Amino acid sequence: MPIVDVENLTDLDKAKMELEQKKKEVPLERALLSKGCTEFMEAVQATADEDPLVKGIPEATNPFKEIKGGCVIC
Amino acid sequence: MGEMEQLRKEAESLKDQIIVARKGFADTTLQEAVAGTAVVSRVQLKTRKTLRGHLAKIYAMHWGAGLTQCVSASQDGKLIVWDTLSTNKVNAIPLKSSWVMTCAYAPSGNLVACGGLDNMCSIYNLKGKDGNVKVMRELASHTGYLSCCRFVSDSEIITSSGDCTCILWDIETGTEKTIFAGHLGDCMSLGVAPDFKSFISGACDYTAKHWDIRDGNCTHTLSGHESDVNAIGFFPNGNGILTGSDDATCKLYDLRSDQELITYQDATIMCGVTSLAPSLSGRLLLAGYDDFNVNIWDALKAERVGVLAGHDNRVSCIGVSSDGMACCTGSWDSFLKIWN
Repeated sequence: MPIVDVENLTDLDKAKMELEQKKKEVPLERALLSKGCTEFMEAVQATADEDPLVKGIPEATNPFKEIKGGCVIC
Repeated sequence: MGEMEQLRKEAESLKDQIIVARKGFADTTLQEAVAGTAVVSRVQLKTRKTLRGHLAKIYAMHWGAGLTQCVSASQDGKLIVWDTLSTNKVNAIPLKSSWVMTCAYAPSGNLVACGGLDNMCSIYNLKGKDGNVKVMRELASHTGYLSCCRFVSDSEIITSSGDCTCILWDIETGTEKTIFAGHLGDCMSLGVAPDFKSFISGACDYTAKHWDIRDGNCTHTLSGHESDVNAIGFFPNGNGILTGSDDATCKLYDLRSDQELITYQDATIMCGVTSLAPSLSGRLLLAGYDDFNVNIWDALKAERVGVLAGHDNRVSCIGVSSDGMACCTGSWDSFLKIWN
């Protein structure tokens, strides 16, 4: 597959490439922001309660707590 | 009118059309939508482990899909695979080139990859028959530094480069499957979608691009940042893109409405963002900055709810483990810290 050497493209070629890309992006199917926002909020709030960094991890069950004494079996 | 002028005018006109189109779908803002939601309470994470062993600046780290191992890359010329619970080094892999800028852990746990100023992506097999970790492939086609790499599977990896392109590689044959060209500045980082069908890239042309892995097309170009986009990542639900930039802000973009949802900024923060990672649910955004700190943002309310201060130099990389139990930061001070 030919490598596209972007650094050595002429300004004209870069402008053509940008134009082609913009043509593809204009007709993009977009959704209402309100729909996007609601979905974000719902997705986050549904799982935030179980998010360890949000709700905190009790010292007793924290796997990363400091190991004092005892032995590690590898 | 010269051809260049003609092309510029056409592009400007299309850009305006896109702006108008986006405005048409902007019937609210995230700030309005979350007005009734309370900010999360202050998040205070403690350093639980410090991973010591690198002898120079750490440039990258990546958690494995298993819950406790991660890989880090330092310009001391080593890739280290850590067991974060015991802080033991599982593997210490010497690199041919010490100018490493990125590393990645395959979801399977079998492979790790790295690359940097050698313009190559080197793949290492951690599960070789005789127990030695050896270079399995060297993927060399980029004409610029390797800024980031991420595995799609054990047989495919995506790389981003200072040559402004990203490449999807076939690891088996060591050849390029697809070249993603379109950025007009160095590509600085990339993120693969949770469903592995698409990926996103951030670049020094101040934009983030969303690409379809199979057909090679750029489906969205998201702008708004006023400087290089250094860090990028998918929001956990896969429809949002988080970016971090030298303009001292992070942004959240929505793919379906093709526009920015919110900006994470504060007048007191004036240094660039180097790295970012969302928490498991996406409620928190953890971002590493040039001022040696990590700021923790409430992703919905765009308010700072915590700071991780403990490194003595720039925080260059950050990651949240796959079960969300811990965050790992890597720094130019040569240490990695595990926080929760």
